[in-house]
Amino acid sequence: MPEIKELVKGLADKYGRARESLMPILQGVVLENNFVSDIAMTEIARELDIATAEVYGTATFYSFLDTEPRGKFVIRVCKTITCDMHGKKRVIEKIEDLLKIKMGETTQDKKFTLLTTNCLGWCHQGPVMLVNSTPYPSLDENKVTEIIMEYMSK
Amino acid sequence: MAEKIKINIDGIALEIEKGTTILDAAKSVNVKIPSLCYHEDLCVAGNCRVCVVEVEGRKNLVASCAAPAEDGMVVKTTTPKVRSARTDIISLLVSEHNTQCTTCYRSTNCELQSLASEYNVDSERYLSVLKPNIKVDKSSYSIEKDDSKCVRCQRCVRTCAELQHVNAITVAHKGKDMKISTFMDLPMNDVVCVNCGQCVTHCPTGALTERRYYHEIWDAIGDPDKHVVINTAPSVRVALGEMLGFPVGTRVTGKMVTALKKIGFNSVLDTDFTADLTIIEEGHEFLDRVTRALKNGEKVALPMITSCSPGWVKFIEHMYPEHLDHLSTCKSPQQMFGALTKTFYAEKMGIDPSKIVSVAAMPCAAKKFEANRPEMKSSGYQDVDAGLTTREIGHMIKQSGLDFVNLPDSKFDSYMGESSGAAVIFGATGGVMEAALRTVYEVVTGREVPFKNLAITPVRGLEGIKEATIKLEKVLPAYSFLEGVEVKVAIAHGLKNARTIMDQIKDGKSPYHFIEIMACPGGCIGGGGQPIPTNDEIRKKRIAAIYAEDEGMPIRKSHEVPEIKKIYESYLIKPLGHKSHELLHTHYKKRNRY
Repeated sequence: MPEIKELVKGLADKYGRARESLMPILQGVVLENNFVSDIAMTEIARELDIATAEVYGTATFYSFLDTEPRGKFVIRVCKTITCDMHGKKRVIEKIEDLLKIKMGETTQDKKFTLLTTNCLGWCHQGPVMLVNSTPYPSLDENKVTEIIMEYMSK
Repeated sequence: MAEKIKINIDGIALEIEKGTTILDAAKSVNVKIPSLCYHEDLCVAGNCRVCVVEVEGRKNLVASCAAPAEDGMVVKTTTPKVRSARTDIISLLVSEHNTQCTTCYRSTNCELQSLASEYNVDSERYLSVLKPNIKVDKSSYSIEKDDSKCVRCQRCVRTCAELQHVNAITVAHKGKDMKISTFMDLPMNDVVCVNCGQCVTHCPTGALTERRYYHEIWDAIGDPDKHVVINTAPSVRVALGEMLGFPVGTRVTGKMVTALKKIGFNSVLDTDFTADLTIIEEGHEFLDRVTRALKNGEKVALPMITSCSPGWVKFIEHMYPEHLDHLSTCKSPQQMFGALTKTFYAEKMGIDPSKIVSVAAMPCAAKKFEANRPEMKSSGYQDVDAGLTTREIGHMIKQSGLDFVNLPDSKFDSYMGESSGAAVIFGATGGVMEAALRTVYEVVTGREVPFKNLAITPVRGLEGIKEATIKLEKVLPAYSFLEGVEVKVAIAHGLKNARTIMDQIKDGKSPYHFIEIMACPGGCIGGGGQPIPTNDEIRKKRIAAIYAEDEGMPIRKSHEVPEIKKIYESYLIKPLGHKSHELLHTHYKKRNRY
């Protein structure tokens, strides 16, 4: 996997090879590949000269540093109680119906992954979801359909 | 002088140094606060909360292992609030735990079991939330990992990181999903692990244990067709007693030999014999390297580093594979013993080597992996059939029903039962170096090492890296090129210190000629197969016992042991000779770093 090697090396050149560079490098890999593979983690360990287990421990601690393959667009719907009371369940059902996947799954074409997330801090405008790093508040079935349709055409 | 502060614990007024934790302060006045994630060897984690105490004027309970005492503090360790909190905490830990204690290897030697028993936790307080279908990882020759018994105290993770600088295991995921994991949760055998077993001796429960082989040995003993030979490592005799009713630091050599004979081993021999042999081979290897470097001007890998510790050997194979030529080619005493058991011993005793089962009693988890290295078959058979830990030997003696405390003493059998005090001290950090110096100095100068009672004190003790310089003067004519040379040696124990030594070599800045490295803190007496618990206080007592054993030996130098002289006369012919290379030396391989 020469691309991953190059990517990690580039990130290490940019952020440095001290231990504290681990986070920005992991984030950089996720930004590029949507997840950190075992090969990427091994490459990071090599660049920073730390154990692979340390990289794995750090990556698995953070929900946004995925260690499983994800789609191009990662949808994270807030799972906490306020969004729940605002009708999160119907939003999720709508997305599942549109994408023909269940919660936690990725579409066949690797375009979408559907996940839940902890509170995004938009309780006053719930239900809310993130698509990659863009938040979409005040969702209902119609609004979420529009948003997903738009991403489908991208 | 550090600043002193005054505190009060359970009505006892005391003066302590500023910065002391409440837990340590309480210990100094014999107030016992229970703990779980705390370990003397490791940094404070403060994650289990078992050690909570009440501090006057504070609303919340305080974790005493993590909180430094403050001037004027009034601490209470057994109030109803404290007791109730601890009971709840322990009950919660138990609710996540596989409570099949009757079938656990660590039963009666488990910190969670003791706490649950002390606080008499009620099984109905919290329902079991033990995750179903947890598989025990038995992939490694040395270590078994059973997550169903893990209390997530992270002592193993801290051990692997702080003491050993290996980081084979880590804390992965978070919250209820948090677990102690290898990289990608791979089997232990597939990751960079040196098998030292320090995680095992630091584990409070049965989550990490050594892989046991003693069932197979019981079967072999029961088979009349098999000749079962056991050799016992130096550090086993000073620690085994701890499992069988003796105080820490008791020497039980004679009783151990009697017990093993009574259990049914056909021959009880001494690894010390091959420790002496190691000194002869390694001492001559060192002199050979020095001669080639200083006399012939050849390019030779110096410093030479000892290779007795299989945890250390695997560490350098993973971490510094480009420097493997610094390792002595000598096999460890265990492997020398195995190779000789099925050749020399079999020949002398007139026994078919295919009928011999060769067992090693070791303070070590890595010895199990070492015994199973594919290259360790120089006798034509697997040289060592099983490496058992001190703990396994203790279990076997318990199972045999022997009254160990009242057993009479007996002596090792022969051949390969004779040894010197120099071999016994292999069990303590600095011991191999001291033993080697006792012999090498005499080979070069014809005189004894210039230390009172042969005790080379600069190489002894628990300091992480020790150094010594010995000047060679009035040398024998054959070694005239060494006249006036100052031999610089270093000793490191614990792989954290090994890394410091190796980084010097990597940078070309190592000032030494000869280095001893042991994987475990304290050397073999603190090995991964030794009785649990182990801490510095216990290490010191075991070390004292080792040196007492040395002083009590009639022969104190490896080259003076009659059986050693005889094996060279009749079998090996000469150190580093053809036969030695065939049976007693080995090679190493590069392993993956990441």
